[in-house]
Amino acid sequence: MERLHFATVGSVDDGKSTLIGRLLYDSKSIFEDQLEHIEAVSKRRGDDYVDLSLLTDGLRAEREQGITIDVAYRYFATPKRSFIIADCPGHIQYTRNMITGASNADLAIVLVDARTGVVEQTRRHSLLVSLLGVPHLVICVNKMDLVDYDVDVFNKIRDEFESFASRLDLRDVTFLPISALAGDNVVSRSANMPWFEGSTLLHHLENVYTASDDNRIDTRFPVQYVIRPQRADTPDYRGYAGRVAGGVLRVGDDIMVLPSGLTSTITGIDSPDGPMTQAEPGQAVTILLADDLSITRGDMLCRPNNRPRASQELEAMLCWMDDAAPLQLDKIYTVKHTTKLARGKVSNVLYRLDISNLHRETEIKELKFNEIGRVTLHTTSPLFFDDYHQNRTTGSFILVDESSGQTAAAGMLLSPRS
Amino acid sequence: MKSALRSLIDESVTIIREVAAEFERPAMLFSGGKDSVVMLHLAVRAFSPSRVPFPVMHIDTGHNFAEVIEFRDRTVRALDVQLIVGSVQASIDAGRMQDATGPRASRNPLQTVTLLDSIKEHKFDAVFGGARRDEERARAKERVYSHRDAFGQWDPKTQRPELWGIYNGRHKPGEHFRIFPISNWTELDIWQFVADYNIDLPSIYYAHRREVFRRDNMWMAVSPFMKPEEGETVSEELVRFRTVGDATCTAAIESSATTIEQVIAETSVARITERGATRADDRISEAGMEDRKKLGYF
Ligand SMILES: Nc1nc2c(ncn2[C@@H]2O[C@H](COP(=O)(O)OP(=O)(O)OP(=O)(O)O)[C@@H](O)[C@H]2O)c(=O)[nH]1
Ligand SMILES: [Mg+2]
Repeated sequence: MERLHFATVGSVDDGKSTLIGRLLYDSKSIFEDQLEHIEAVSKRRGDDYVDLSLLTDGLRAEREQGITIDVAYRYFATPKRSFIIADCPGHIQYTRNMITGASNADLAIVLVDARTGVVEQTRRHSLLVSLLGVPHLVICVNKMDLVDYDVDVFNKIRDEFESFASRLDLRDVTFLPISALAGDNVVSRSANMPWFEGSTLLHHLENVYTASDDNRIDTRFPVQYVIRPQRADTPDYRGYAGRVAGGVLRVGDDIMVLPSGLTSTITGIDSPDGPMTQAEPGQAVTILLADDLSITRGDMLCRPNNRPRASQELEAMLCWMDDAAPLQLDKIYTVKHTTKLARGKVSNVLYRLDISNLHRETEIKELKFNEIGRVTLHTTSPLFFDDYHQNRTTGSFILVDESSGQTAAAGMLLSPRS
Repeated sequence: MKSALRSLIDESVTIIREVAAEFERPAMLFSGGKDSVVMLHLAVRAFSPSRVPFPVMHIDTGHNFAEVIEFRDRTVRALDVQLIVGSVQASIDAGRMQDATGPRASRNPLQTVTLLDSIKEHKFDAVFGGARRDEERARAKERVYSHRDAFGQWDPKTQRPELWGIYNGRHKPGEHFRIFPISNWTELDIWQFVADYNIDLPSIYYAHRREVFRRDNMWMAVSPFMKPEEGETVSEELVRFRTVGDATCTAAIESSATTIEQVIAETSVARITERGATRADDRISEAGMEDRKKLGYF
């Protein structure tokens, strides 16, 4: 069975956690003791109805404040697919937790409150989802019960979103009118909105086509760990363990090792399931080569005629996530890129994005908490990378503050502007 | 098409290798419970044909099911890994804390002291745990690389962002990380792995007859550490365990499932969560697990 990883995003209180609760409840994925627990908590607080957001808002502080602070993961399955849900926080202060939940998602559900329409946080999250390259998007216009299930409200918000999103890089966008609270169009079709002819949210999640999302063309294998058993029964074994970041590796393929540029042939592929003849994107395998080359963690295997870019001077979109210290030009950070560690500094902020209108602000000398900008990054050694849009693994990196240890920024590598 | 179980295995194996590559002194918690057994088998597969390059550690409350200790020793021998035991009894004897007393005493919370002392004694900087996010609402929020300060504490309000598959294990001396490679597995995934890979588990995971008594709506096993109180009557029932932890706080469920296939069939229609059905310790308060984790619990 196939697995879909999706995240709920959008502004605070637009109903993300309630929607997840509803989806789990209506698909009969909630256990009795979980339901009893949230019923008891709702009752104790004097709520009129069972608050389904309590299913994911599990931390003390979240329940005190009635908001989501950190991403919660939930799992459920239907006969068609299994799902990993990342329920993200909407509050601007916790944007980095939203990025955490959305970075690996195949699909993002953007919730919009039917009464308020597209607001700044809707735009910020949509921009982030687009920068993170989440391939599929569902815009759920929520709380339709509070606007009399009015088709005009839905159409107006759709137009509003589309005019904003036309400037974003979004490939597959679907619009749904729902009520997370009442359940309209979540698992079952709404009798209140006969004017809507699309499918329900669950039906869409079960059927969205994701098979073409992986990059199966450009072979990339960052070496993670060298397996060299010191045992009598396997004296000559030397394997390069890692996770396929792109392309398909087959026994018999010619490969090139970066940075050395040396070449060899794949003689075997080991996996947690034993030997295989080919390894696909995402698989954790161990590659055996015909020649005894010097290869270490941080090196990359590719095909001789299809290499990643290699450079010490890079361009990237940077999301600043450290609330304690803004980006300082020329300060040295640790750069983590695939399995490679380098050090690096940002020499220039080319522009900062104004979230509300996507205007590019220039003459910027720093990036503060939650700001997004395009930068030039210099590293101590070359990175082997692809444009983020070609490959989410070889195109991404983080910056770590060397004194605090904090993950200061998320970066997406881009081809330099010509 | 990617099978869901295979992609979980790929993710877990990748995390385990990453930690082995980046940390100085990792260790893997191993209790003999099904999650830690699966995690250990993933570690074996991650480094095969090499040996697992770190030891496993059992925090032993002394209140165990005999079958589990026998299984633990047999398994570390079969998988050729080094076992370290952190003993709660030894911590009590050394005056690190007082034993739990009273009729319903459990040593479960005491494990935290022994765990943190053992981490310090062996200078471990990364400790793998077999927790799953589907188990409990605080765990549902925790990162794969979970930072612990010098007091071993988890702060849910300042978790580091964790993007893509890039993990940040940077820490100051005296701090450490808890690593959860099977975060994204569900109870059913665990059993599917046990079935597909023919994994040996302690016999108490399968239905057997056992002397039990009813407490808090759960079946508690009679043992030297767990005796019925006035009014609680002992009977022999056909039961199995869904989780295996300290004998004083882990309950059995009524079950006739004696094979892996029967357990999978039973698990896929279960209406109560694994912890809800079996763990006395989670019933303490609304945020029992969160509070314990903040103090350094698993
Ligand atoms: N009437 C109505 N109320 C809703 C609907 N969906 C959510 N709500 C209410 O909106 C409030 C906020 O819902 P949450 O699910 O906590 O919102 P959220 O988007 O998860 O908020 P954060 O995670 O804090 O950003 C709650 O009081 C919900 O009951 C809906 O469809 N109709
Ligand atoms: Mg929420």
